[in-house]
Amino acid sequence: MVDYIKQLEEEQSKKENIEFAPGDTVEVHQKIIEGTRERVQVFKGVVIAKKHGGSKETFTVRKISKGVGIEKVFQLHSPNIVKIVTITKGKTRRAKLYYLRDRIGKTSKVKEKR
Amino acid sequence: MVAGILGEKLGMTRIFAKNGESIPVTVILAGPCQVIQKKTIEKDGYNAVQLGFKEVKEKKVSKPIASHLNKYKVKPIKHIREFKVNDSNKYSSGAEVKVDIFKEGDKVDIVGISKGKGFAGAIKRHNFSGGPKTHGQKEYFRSVGSMGATDAARVFKGKKLPGHMGTDRVTVKNIEVIKINLERNLILVRGSVPGAKGALLVINING
Repeated sequence: MVDYIKQLEEEQSKKENIEFAPGDTVEVHQKIIEGTRERVQVFKGVVIAKKHGGSKETFTVRKISKGVGIEKVFQLHSPNIVKIVTITKGKTRRAKLYYLRDRIGKTSKVKEKR
Repeated sequence: MVAGILGEKLGMTRIFAKNGESIPVTVILAGPCQVIQKKTIEKDGYNAVQLGFKEVKEKKVSKPIASHLNKYKVKPIKHIREFKVNDSNKYSSGAEVKVDIFKEGDKVDIVGISKGKGFAGAIKRHNFSGGPKTHGQKEYFRSVGSMGATDAARVFKGKKLPGHMGTDRVTVKNIEVIKINLERNLILVRGSVPGAKGALLVINING
């Protein structure tokens, strides 16, 4: 029997290959609808986690804004995510970088991959 | 038009709406159903059609049902249910009913058999609160509590007590149809529906 749910989820997934990993610094371009107006908001920060996989995949981006840590969870396959630009590749030893939440200053930086 | 269709629950996933909203959906494999018997006002006093769903091997059907199906020249079928129609003379035995009786945005009522929960206590089965967890309480955390007044000298019938839960016929009303896929005979409805994966569902047009 055909796995119809798998088929539906594949249809939902974005076709183009979006490659980035935890530790990378990315720019997320998100479409925001305000009433009738549409604009694109850019959120730049470090990817600290990727979850769920498939059409349900989400990723968390963390940045420090005016001294306050901000995290935003995005749905990878949402039609509102216009594009994701990888700025730098990070070198990490684990998949979830939740330890960055407790770090301040220089120690909160992820090493760049060379 | 037939007032409903039979289907099989496949499971849940989610899909994105055009505005980016993520909608939780249940995927139902619905139809194609064969018309078996027609019930007419002249003969039976009301208008309805019998629909069959899911073809099976011949040996899987009991003899009385097999002879009933044979009478209308329909292949061996697992599930048979009756649905109301305005005029049953429009239908002929063997005709197919497909998911196109619904359209996106329709409201439907879905009937299924809920998952069995076994012998369940009063908290799970009847949403009781249980006893206090602190203030020196002992051995009285998930209990039923009082059995009722004392002057009746008995427990009234229908008192909510622990017992078997689940495997009940459950109807969920006003479920929104999110998507129809005629090629694959799929209906996607918003939210959850009763029953396990692979369970039979009756999908009725609301109202």
